[in-house]
Formats: sequence, C-alpha cells, structure tokens
Amino acid sequence: MDYSFALQQLVYGLTVGCLYGLLAIGYTMVYGVLRLINFAHGDLLMVSAYAGFFGIVIFQIPWPVSFAGAIILTALLGILIDRGAYKPIRKSPRINALITAIGVSFLLENLGLVIIGGRPKSFPMPDVFAGSILLGAVNIPALSIWILVITLVLLAVCLVVVRKTRIGMAMRALSRDMETVMLMGVDKDRVISFTFALGSALAAAGGIMWCMKYPAVEPFMGVIPGLKAFVAAVLGGIGNVTGAALGGLILGLAEVLIVAIEPDWSGYRDAVAFFLMIIILLTRPTGIMGEQLPD
Amino acid sequence: MNKTKVSRDKSLTIFSVLLLLAFIFYAERNFNHYTIRILENIAIFITLAVSYNLINGIMGQFSLAPNAFLAIGAYTSAIFTLSPEEKLRSFIIEPMIWPLSVLSLPFAVSLLLAGLVTALVAFFMAAPVFRVRGDYLAIVTLGFGEVIQVLANNLISLTNGSLGLKGLHPYTNLWWAWGVCIFTIFCTVRLINSSYGRAMKAVREDEIAAEAMGINAFRVKTLAFTFSAFFQGVAGGLLAHLITTISPSLFTFMFTFNLLIIIVIGGLGSTTGSVIAAILITWGGEALRVFEEPSNFLGFNYKGVPGMRMVLFSLILILVMLFARSGIMGRAEFSWESLFRWFRRKLPC
Repeated sequence: MDYSFALQQLVYGLTVGCLYGLLAIGYTMVYGVLRLINFAHGDLLMVSAYAGFFGIVIFQIPWPVSFAGAIILTALLGILIDRGAYKPIRKSPRINALITAIGVSFLLENLGLVIIGGRPKSFPMPDVFAGSILLGAVNIPALSIWILVITLVLLAVCLVVVRKTRIGMAMRALSRDMETVMLMGVDKDRVISFTFALGSALAAAGGIMWCMKYPAVEPFMGVIPGLKAFVAAVLGGIGNVTGAALGGLILGLAEVLIVAIEPDWSGYRDAVAFFLMIIILLTRPTGIMGEQLPD
Repeated sequence: MNKTKVSRDKSLTIFSVLLLLAFIFYAERNFNHYTIRILENIAIFITLAVSYNLINGIMGQFSLAPNAFLAIGAYTSAIFTLSPEEKLRSFIIEPMIWPLSVLSLPFAVSLLLAGLVTALVAFFMAAPVFRVRGDYLAIVTLGFGEVIQVLANNLISLTNGSLGLKGLHPYTNLWWAWGVCIFTIFCTVRLINSSYGRAMKAVREDEIAAEAMGINAFRVKTLAFTFSAFFQGVAGGLLAHLITTISPSLFTFMFTFNLLIIIVIGGLGSTTGSVIAAILITWGGEALRVFEEPSNFLGFNYKGVPGMRMVLFSLILILVMLFARSGIMGRAEFSWESLFRWFRRKLPC
C-alpha cells in the first residue's frame, strides 16, 4: 500500500469515525444516566436531517438558521421522547424500557415514511462545506476538515459540561446512585431531560453532517449509523464521553481500512462493527476506557 | 391433581386437536386462496412466537435474533429442495458450490435439516452471546442478525447474494404449517413443564440464587437458545416454501419487531398468550390493510398511506408497555381446569 493512499484512507476513516463518535456520545450519556439503550437515538439523526432539508429546500431559510433550528427541534424531540415514553416506566424492569425504546424507534421511522414518504431526497450542501484541499497527493475534502473541527469542539463542550458544571456533576452522580442523588435534593427529571437534550443535539449535528457526506435523506437512514454508534459507545466503554468519541474513531478507521486493504471485502463492511463488538465484549466487556459497572 | 382429572384433560386436549384438524380439512376444501394463506401465516407465526417466547419470556434473556434464525432456516431448506436445474439457472453471478449444486432432497428432510443447522448455529453462538446480559445481549443478538444478512448478501456461491433464491416449489400447505405448529407447541409446553423449564424460570427470576441451587445457568440458557432456534429454523423453511422467493432483504429486523410485538401483547412468559397474540396480530395485520388502501369512509376520500400499519403497531407496542405491561395473559397459562372454573362461576348451576 502506498503512502499517500494510506493517508487518503486515514482522512476518510477519520471523517466517518467523527460522525460515529458524535452519535456515540449521545448514546453513552443517556446510557450512563438511565442504563437505557435509547434505540431511537439513531432516528434522531434522521429527524434532524429532514428538518435541515425542509428548512433549506422548502422554506428557503439560510442554512445556519435552518441547521440551528434542526438541532433545537431535535433536542426538544429528545426531551419529548423521554417524557412521553421513558419516564412513565422508569421504575419497571429495564427490559420494558428497552422494548419501549424499540417501539419509539419504529414509530419515528414509520411516521417519517407515512408523512414524508420513502423516496430518498438529496440534501443540499452549502458552499462553505464544498470543495477540497490538495495536500501533496492526498485530497482532503473541506467537509472532512469541518467535521473534524466541529466534532472536536462539540466533544470539548461536552467534556466541560460533564466535568465542570453543576448539571454535569448531577449527571455523573445520577449514573452512580440515583436514589442518593434524589435524597440530595437534585431534580432528577430535569437532569435526565438535559441529558436527552444534549445527546439529541449532538445526534442532530451529526445527522446534518452525515447528510452532507452521504446526501440521501430517507426514513430508515438512521438505523445502521445508530447501531454502529452504539457499538462505538460499547467499544469506548459505555458511560464515558471521551471513550465514545475514541470508539467512534476506531470503528470508522477499522471500517475504511478493511475495505482499503482488501477491496473484495467491501460487502462485509457493515459486519465489521459487530465483529469488533463481540471481540471486545469477550475480552474486555467494560470497553477501552470504561470502568467496572455494577450490574 | 388427581388421576381422573389428568386423563380428562388429556382426552380434552386430544379432542380439541382433532377438532382443529377437522377445521383445517374443512378450510382446505372450502376457503378461498387468500383465507388459506392467512391461516398458513398464522400457523407459522404461532410457531415463531411460541419458540421466541421461550427464550425471551420463559428464559428471560432478551434476544433479538429470530430474524437471523429464520433466515438460516429459510436458506438451508431452500438450498436443499431446489432442483439442480433451477440452481443452474438462478445462480448467474457465481455457480453454486459443488455438492450442494447437484443435491435435491424431499421437503420433510430439508425442514429437519433447516432446524438442525439453525440449532447448531445457535449452539455455537451461545458461548459468546451468553457472556453478556440484558441490554448487551439485545445488541449482540441484533448485531448477529445484521451479520447474517451481510453474509447472505456476500456468500454468493451459497446464497446467490442479493438476487436471492427463486422458484421454490410451494410445498407449504395448511397441513405442514399447522402440523409443525402443533408439534412446536407440544414440545415447548413439555419442555417448560419439565425440570429444565423450572430451571429456566429460576434463572429468569434470580440467576445467582439459581446457580446457588446447583443450576448451571449457562447450560440452561444454551438449551433454551438452541431449542428455540431449531423451531425458528423449521418455521423459516416453511416460510420460504410458502412465499417461494427469498432474498436477504426479507429477513430484516422488522421480522423480529413483529414477533416482539406478538409476545409482548400476549404477555412475556405465557405460551398461551403468544398463541393468542400471534393469531390476533397476523389476522389483524391483514385487517389493518384498509388503512393502506384507498377507501371512501363516510364521504371522506381516504387516499391510503403505505406504512400506516407499522405506525399503528409501534404505537400499540408503546401503549402496551406503558399501560398494560402484562399483556393479554400475563404469565398465566391456559388449562382446562381454569376454563371449567370460569364456566362454573359464570353459570352457577
């Protein structure tokens, strides 16, 4: 494999990895606080993509406003999903919450199908993100740089929120011991809503960038990225924000590299994530950066 | 329970099975093609739901793999029943690998092989899968389903890739579907009422306590997983020879979702509930087609929206989980004794 080819693949891998990472952070935060796999998380990516698409194409709103609108809308939807579907069953066994989450995910996908229709729509790319830089023989799309920068900024914001703010402290405390936290007078539901809003906003940002990279918006577009992002979260150690981003990067690089090394295996690309997950669960169930969780 | 009651229950069960067979005999001669198709679907879904309920409801391990087992069963049986000429004709990208390309077996043997191959896969899957619990188990089994789909798309000399297998002989009829269905219910109920079944319930309630009582939890889980995979594989074979064309895109997570709705509505852990809900949902799914087709309701022109059924199903699932968590049956099972008691209460004579 030649040097510039390897670098080129590295650029692609990093780009995909950042997107997985953004989604994985949302997964990991919700899981950390509630011990719930929010199956609908991947579908939030679809919702924000549609919101951004409608904002730009149908309502002709300038792209920064319409992207911001999409992110806010998705964050509100995240809160709504939590309040409507997950809050009433917080006390019942975790399996029930999981089934409900699967139901919510299917509801969003099929509502998308019913309301908007299944034909993929092409997502408009604002000029800022278009074009590319040629660095020697390596072609770096502007979008890749944007994705990397935005991901790093959002990751930094998340880390600051989780580590330095009061609400972040409450989130970390909730993931340790919910009952004690309630005894300390923390409004549990407010913290959980905040977690959902933050996670959904990250998914929304990821969704918009995902659509600029793979510009086809359709109701089931969030399923596979959602699943892989969960794998990334497990890989990094569930509940750990940095770990999730790292897991996303590893997964993205692994997927791109396996195709780069052996093009005949391109069909198996979607299976890579699950093989990685089975290996990590067998060898180190807590993930790369995770701590031992009481189960 | 005393001996006369046992023999009374036994003869009542045999009598009702005979009644069901008489109904099938009547249905085969008098019902139209569409109704017969629905009845066949119902039988296959009962088979699937009862075996899925064994692992999710009785064993309490939240698996999301039935679409994978269904796919393995369907492909295995289809590969064995297709005639060599048909295989030569449909494998246009790559020819089929040798011993399979000239092989053609009777339907019954292929069904048995479908079950055995699926059970074998489940047996080897059990070791990595049951290292984890709860949510992780759900995701690993879900991932397993995706991997099987990827394999079906890429092992072209075995599965014909995304083109799928066409031209299967429609062997599946009412007798096959309901025969397998009754056999599955019989075997599953026998297993649940055996000491293995009690061990499964013990592990479901408290794994550590069960292990302390000398139950090997891993072995019991593997048994339940393999057992339920066998019947799901057979059901896959039946399904393949009912729709006569299979392709990887048929066995998506949607299938698992439908089964999940069935066992949740029936009541996780109740075989009776699974049977009732399988009938309701399969029949109801057909009845709800009116929402997807154009109709004229009270003067309103309703255009019909494809996908509406799945919206309703997901809503039903969420609502059942929120407000009626125990489903139709809870964990209760049907018994003749309870039926008689119910009658006695209703008719005080």
